[in-house]
Amino acid sequence: MKRKINLKNYPSKSGHFEAFGGVYVSETLIHPLRELFSAYKKYATSASFKKTLDSQLKDYVGRPTPIYYAESLSKQLGSSHIYLKREDLNHTGAHKINNALGQALLAKKMGKTRIIAETGAGQHGVATATACARLNLKCVVYMGEEDINRQSVNVYRMKLLGAEVVSVNSGTKTLKDALNEALRDWVTNVDDTHYIIGSVAGPHPYPMIVRDFQSVIGYEARNQFKKEYKCLPDYLVACVGGGSNAIGLFHPFLNDKVKIVGVEAGGSGIKSGKHAAPLSAGSPGVLHGNRTYIMEDENGQIKNTHSISAGLDYPGVGPEHSWLKDLKRVEYTAVTDDEALDAFFTLTQKEGIIPALETAHALAYAFQLAKKLKNKKILLNLSGRGDKDIDTIAKLKNIKL
Amino acid sequence: MTSRIPNIFNKNKSKNKKTFISYLVCGDPSKDITLSAMHTMSKSGVDIIELGIPFTDPIADGPTIQKSIDRSLKNNTSLRDVISVVKEFRKDNNDTAVVLMGYMNPVHKMGVAKFAKQINDTGIDGVLIVDSPPEESVILNKYLTKYKKSHIYLASPTTTDQRMKNISKMSSGYVYYVTIKGITGSQLSNVSSIRKNVNKIKKYSNNNLPVAVGFGIKDSSSAQKMAAFSDGIIIGSSIVELIHKYSNNEKKMNSKLSTYISSISNVI
Repeated sequence: MKRKINLKNYPSKSGHFEAFGGVYVSETLIHPLRELFSAYKKYATSASFKKTLDSQLKDYVGRPTPIYYAESLSKQLGSSHIYLKREDLNHTGAHKINNALGQALLAKKMGKTRIIAETGAGQHGVATATACARLNLKCVVYMGEEDINRQSVNVYRMKLLGAEVVSVNSGTKTLKDALNEALRDWVTNVDDTHYIIGSVAGPHPYPMIVRDFQSVIGYEARNQFKKEYKCLPDYLVACVGGGSNAIGLFHPFLNDKVKIVGVEAGGSGIKSGKHAAPLSAGSPGVLHGNRTYIMEDENGQIKNTHSISAGLDYPGVGPEHSWLKDLKRVEYTAVTDDEALDAFFTLTQKEGIIPALETAHALAYAFQLAKKLKNKKILLNLSGRGDKDIDTIAKLKNIKL
Repeated sequence: MTSRIPNIFNKNKSKNKKTFISYLVCGDPSKDITLSAMHTMSKSGVDIIELGIPFTDPIADGPTIQKSIDRSLKNNTSLRDVISVVKEFRKDNNDTAVVLMGYMNPVHKMGVAKFAKQINDTGIDGVLIVDSPPEESVILNKYLTKYKKSHIYLASPTTTDQRMKNISKMSSGYVYYVTIKGITGSQLSNVSSIRKNVNKIKKYSNNNLPVAVGFGIKDSSSAQKMAAFSDGIIIGSSIVELIHKYSNNEKKMNSKLSTYISSISNVI
C-alpha cells in the first residue's frame, strides 16, 4: 500500500525524518540546540524577519536569480531542454549566501556576537564571512588543512572580509574534521557564539533551518518556471555533498509530479572505493549529530572520501536526503571526477558559464539525461561559479597561472 | 551478571570513601598495554574503568584524547577488540567495574541488540555513549536494563531542571556530571556552581543515584575539591597523557601510573 504523506511536513518535532536525522550530540549541546530551535521558530517565521531577509536577499544578494535556458547546448545534446537556475549569480558566487545571511540575521536576533562556521571548498566560509562583515559579527572559519591548500583564493577572500581562518589538521584534514572542530568550539563558547552550519547536515534543527533558508531556490524556480513555461519541469537535477543546494531546489517540488535526481561525487568510480557517495554506496549510521547514510568501514569507522571537488568531499549527507532515498522519492546517482571535468569544460565552452566543480557533477548527469530522453524539460541547480576552481583545473592541465 | 557499579558506590560510601573512575583509550598504543594499565589502575585504587572505544570523529573530545584515539585507530582497534580486552581483563579481575565509553556509530554498526548481548557475555558493567542522549537511546536503554547493566548518561552545566529529572530517571550506575561547557581536557571552572548542580541532580534522582564528576580534574588537589560534594570523580586526559608518555617502557609506565593513581585515591 502506498502511503500518502505530505513530504513537506518533515522533520517531526523530535527532528526526525522517520528513521533519519535526530539529535546525536553530547548533553552539553542539547540546550543550545533547543535554544536555537525556539529562536528560529520565534524570529524566522515572523513577518518582520522575513521582510528583512527578503529585502537583503533582493538588494544585497541579487535575488531572484534567473532561470537560463541553455538552448544551443540542449540542441547539441538532443531534443530535451536544459534550464539552469543561476545560483552562481548570487553575491559571493554560490547558493551558500542564502543560508549564511539568514542564519547570521537569526544570530543577531539571538544576541550572539561571534559566528563560527566550517567550510570545505570555502564557499560557505566566504558567504559566512561576508554576512558577518555586513552585520558586524566576529567570524571564525574552520577549514581542513588540505582544503586550505586547494582553495587558497577563498582562504584569502575570507581573510580580506575580516574572518579568522583556523587550519584543522586532525583526522583527514578536510570538511568532516572542520565540522568536528567547529562543534568543539561551539560547545566551549555557546554563550556568545552561534554556529552557522553550511549544509543540511548536523543535529536537529540544523537540517531544517538550512533547508528552509535554501528553499528560496526551489520556490523561486517553481514560480518562474510556471510563469515562463506554463508548466513544471519534468526533471530536477542537483549535486549532493551535504546536500544543501539540492534540498533547496527539491523541497518545494516534493509533492509535485516531478522526477528528482541528486548527483553525488563518484570520484575515481564507485567500484574503486575512492569516492564521496554515501547515498550511492554507503549505509545508514550516525555522524555529526544525525542518523544518515555515511561511508564507514566494517567496524563503524568513518572512511576517507575522495572527490576532485572539495565541496562534495564529505562522508555523510543531510538526513532528509537519506529519507527521500529510502522513500524512493528522489533518485541518487554518482558521476566520476572525469565526467564532472568534461561537463565543466562543456558548459564553459558552449555556454560561456564557468561552473563550480561541485555543480559540474550535476551538469554531467543532466547531459547524460538530455541525450537519453526525448523532449523533456530538465531544471538544474547551477549552484556555484567556478572561479575558485581555476587553480585546480590549471594544475590538472599542467598550466602555470 | 548484574552491574558491579551500585555495590562499588555503596561499599565506598560505607567506608566514607569516594569512588575513583579512570578513563583510557583502548588500544593506545596497543591492546596489551591497555590491559596492563587496567590492572595497574585497579590495583592502585581505581574502582571503575571507563574504557574508550576509538572513533574517527570524537566531537566531544579535546586534543589529548583525540590524539590517543588516532594512535589506537592506527592499529585498527575495533569495538570487537575493546570487548576482547575486557574478556582478557576479567580472567584476572572480577572486582573492578568496566564501562565502555564512546560514540554511537561503532555500536550502531555492530547492532544495538548484539552489542548489549556482548556486554552481558563479557562481564562489562555499563555503557556510556557520549553522543546518544536519552531521546536517541531508548532501545539501548531497554536492552541494558534487561541485562541489569548500568546505562550512564551525561549531565552538563547547560542541562535544564526538567532534563536533569529525565536523565536521572533513565540513568543507572551513576550520572556523569560534565563540569564545564567544553571538551575533555579543559580547565576546571567555578567550584560552587558545580556543587550546586551536583546537588540538584541528587535532589531530582528518586533512586539515590550516585553523581560522579568529570572533565578538568587533573591532580590530587582538584580531585579532592570535586570529591568533597560528589560520589565519585573521573580522570581521563591526564591518565591518557601519562600512558602515552611512558608507553615504550611498560614497567616504568606502570610504576608512574601506580604513583599517580595512589596520590589521587589517598585523598578522596
